[in-house]
Amino acid sequence: MPPSHLVPSRRTFVKGLLGTTSFWLFSGHQGWSDALASNADSPYSPAYFTAAEWRFLQAACERIFPHDDVGPGALDLAVPEFIDRQMNTSYGRGEDWFMAGPFQDGPANLGYQLPLAPRDLYRHGIAATDSYARQQHGKAFADLAATDQVAILTALEGGAVTLGNVPGRTFFEQLRTNTMEGAFSDPIHGGNRHLGGWVMLGFPGARADFMDWVDQYGPAYPFGPVSISGETA
Amino acid sequence: MSIKNPDAIVVGAGWAGAILAKELTEAGLSVVMLERGPERTTAVEGAYPDSVDELRGAVRHRLFQNMAKTTVTVRNTPDQTALPYRQLAAFLPGEGVGGAGLHWSGVHFRAAAEDLTLRSTVVERYGEKFIPEGMNLQDYGVTYDELEPFYDKAEKVFGTAGTAYKVNGQVVGDGNVFAPSRSDDFPLPALKDVYSAHLFRGAAKEAGYHPYSLPAANASAQYTNPYGVQMGPCNFCGFCSGYDCYMYSKASPNVNILPALRGNPNFSMLTGAYVLRVNLDDDKKRATGVTYLDLATNKEVTLNADLVILSAFQFHNVHLMLLSGIGQPYDYAKNEGVVGRNFVYQTITTSRAWLSEKQFTNQFIGTGGGGVAIDDFNCMNFDHGPLGFVGGSPIWVNQAGVKPIAASGTGGGHGAPRWGEGYKKGLVNTYKHAVAIDAHGSNMAYHDIFLDLDPTWKNAYGVPLLRMTFTWKDNDVRMNRYVVGKIEPIMKALGAEKYELGMKKYGDPFDTRFYQTTHLGGGAVMGTDPKTSALNRYLQSWDVSNVFVIGSNAFPQGMGYNPTGTVAALAYWTAHHIRTTYLKNPGPLVQL
Repeated sequence: MPPSHLVPSRRTFVKGLLGTTSFWLFSGHQGWSDALASNADSPYSPAYFTAAEWRFLQAACERIFPHDDVGPGALDLAVPEFIDRQMNTSYGRGEDWFMAGPFQDGPANLGYQLPLAPRDLYRHGIAATDSYARQQHGKAFADLAATDQVAILTALEGGAVTLGNVPGRTFFEQLRTNTMEGAFSDPIHGGNRHLGGWVMLGFPGARADFMDWVDQYGPAYPFGPVSISGETA
Repeated sequence: MSIKNPDAIVVGAGWAGAILAKELTEAGLSVVMLERGPERTTAVEGAYPDSVDELRGAVRHRLFQNMAKTTVTVRNTPDQTALPYRQLAAFLPGEGVGGAGLHWSGVHFRAAAEDLTLRSTVVERYGEKFIPEGMNLQDYGVTYDELEPFYDKAEKVFGTAGTAYKVNGQVVGDGNVFAPSRSDDFPLPALKDVYSAHLFRGAAKEAGYHPYSLPAANASAQYTNPYGVQMGPCNFCGFCSGYDCYMYSKASPNVNILPALRGNPNFSMLTGAYVLRVNLDDDKKRATGVTYLDLATNKEVTLNADLVILSAFQFHNVHLMLLSGIGQPYDYAKNEGVVGRNFVYQTITTSRAWLSEKQFTNQFIGTGGGGVAIDDFNCMNFDHGPLGFVGGSPIWVNQAGVKPIAASGTGGGHGAPRWGEGYKKGLVNTYKHAVAIDAHGSNMAYHDIFLDLDPTWKNAYGVPLLRMTFTWKDNDVRMNRYVVGKIEPIMKALGAEKYELGMKKYGDPFDTRFYQTTHLGGGAVMGTDPKTSALNRYLQSWDVSNVFVIGSNAFPQGMGYNPTGTVAALAYWTAHHIRTTYLKNPGPLVQL
């Protein structure tokens, strides 16, 4: 886990916001600010994942994208929240994939052939990885030391572990792909909190106009990112 | 909804369809265009800032084919069971008005003269025996000189930016010394070089090669095309490939042609119209029209017309021919038939140089068609005699705007951690300081590489899926490895702190999980012999003369260049011959 001072809670954020925008209280927005403040009291509640799945997801995403001196980690960036929100999109429900049968195994290079949508892959993969962790170490994945968590993820990635009918590698790649998406997509989708992923990379986000820098040969682009909703960092 | 039977039906609202619809209405014909996908306009799909959302755009495939409804099956060899391509990855067909012409990058090439006469040129230089066993090397049946006016027309419609080398035989500029002479300059000057392209230009020159600006249908200045529609100057935002350009800078059917068609009383477009088949008369010599499924009502509708233009994406055109019984399907075992034969693709590998920490390549700055290339190892521009392969590859820096999720897949390059400890360090260093150099090469046709109908899987409309049998052959791997080896002197001249050369490996099968290009080709090729081509040199079906089939399906082999420029030129070429010859006397334009 990153040091707690690097993870501003919603409460701190909204308090700060209210402190500087007290006009709300005098202009008929009392209800709105109450709603924001009350929302800030509770951390994000997953809409799709169960409590046990949520603990797995938080631990696994942070191992894949750890907080370090290069930049923020998956928890700093709200990657698990991003993934939870994705589960309730057409993507999460597998509606962007060709999911008509028959389903038949084949060589890996012919691509994904399971009858599972992303949300089903998570449900199955998390349960199976947790039971593998219990079998190997006597504890759920989230309760293991970081080195043991890394060892399990490495085993999944390397294809050494099969999770029932699901190759460990398939589940790992799903998790890895969605973790990266959560770290680097626009915050409108729930991840990349405070544009931390983009700041780390030097990506200016939705600025999308570089006429002034096309032929600046060598120096770094000087402006920080802006999001679709207008957040800056 | 009742639609009056038009003179002509155009299937597919991409580049080829928009060009044919424009030309046929100019000739006074009434045209109905059928598009399976939704309406798409820059005011909606291109609306800033929602349009510059990488997750929704390039990652979740906002403008691409909805795979839930229909896909293809893929196998590497004829003895395998093909399996459905369930998730978009290796290639990305479009859907909706504009087709792949809405989500493309904008690289806008003319073919080299020898691309179009490749078999004749290889045989002339090296003899028949030089052609590897099983390779179906063929000429297009049309020459560069014949196509030149139509390349010129397409560039003016697209507002293409570039630097010419020769115009009317005279050297006029610092363009591609290998490119054939042109009848006119590009309509717009080349785009500026971004830093990586600037460095590549200098390093390629130092290595003794001949760099030139990539021809790009991304407007380098404000432009009004011959149809009176306007483009804005590209601001290098980098949201080209996979996106609807919010600046109206990237050419698309939606921006460059359809605005000139929409008000025409002779033109109507139906979206959500999924064409099931072309209907033929009893002797299968003439099309009577098409039957489509109206996706809003789920009802089949039959429209009659004198002329049917198939201008869907490459493999959808082949699929429709197979479903309709137009031409003889290719039978691999007997090596007979033509529809599905000569299915081709393109080779691409990426090499990468890492510069010093003081040199920021700002890879998010870019434009889809812009960059700097060399053609020293493309097509027939070098001696193949001692090399033992057919084909070639341009080499280029085409910094099209690298977004963070895409960059996360590259990470720190080969051998760097893919996640966990050390991953972010390599990723950030690569994103800030690397230059990507691609070898984007040809792919030759082979006897055992083809398209046919899948015996098992059907799409959401009950139609058998198209089946691809495709893998990489040694000829193309040998070509790729040779050409990529020629990048090494450029890496040295760049002063790279380290570099990696990305090469194809012998024996690696085609892998559907990783993006290659969307430059699929062939399957219904043009030519001069009905035994080896489905279409004559005017892209007219040899068998059903009131059906013309326009697209990269007509390419007998995959060329090193991007296909759109040649698709557009062939569309104008076909339209010209329909207008000047066919309409006066409908029937085969080539008599056997």
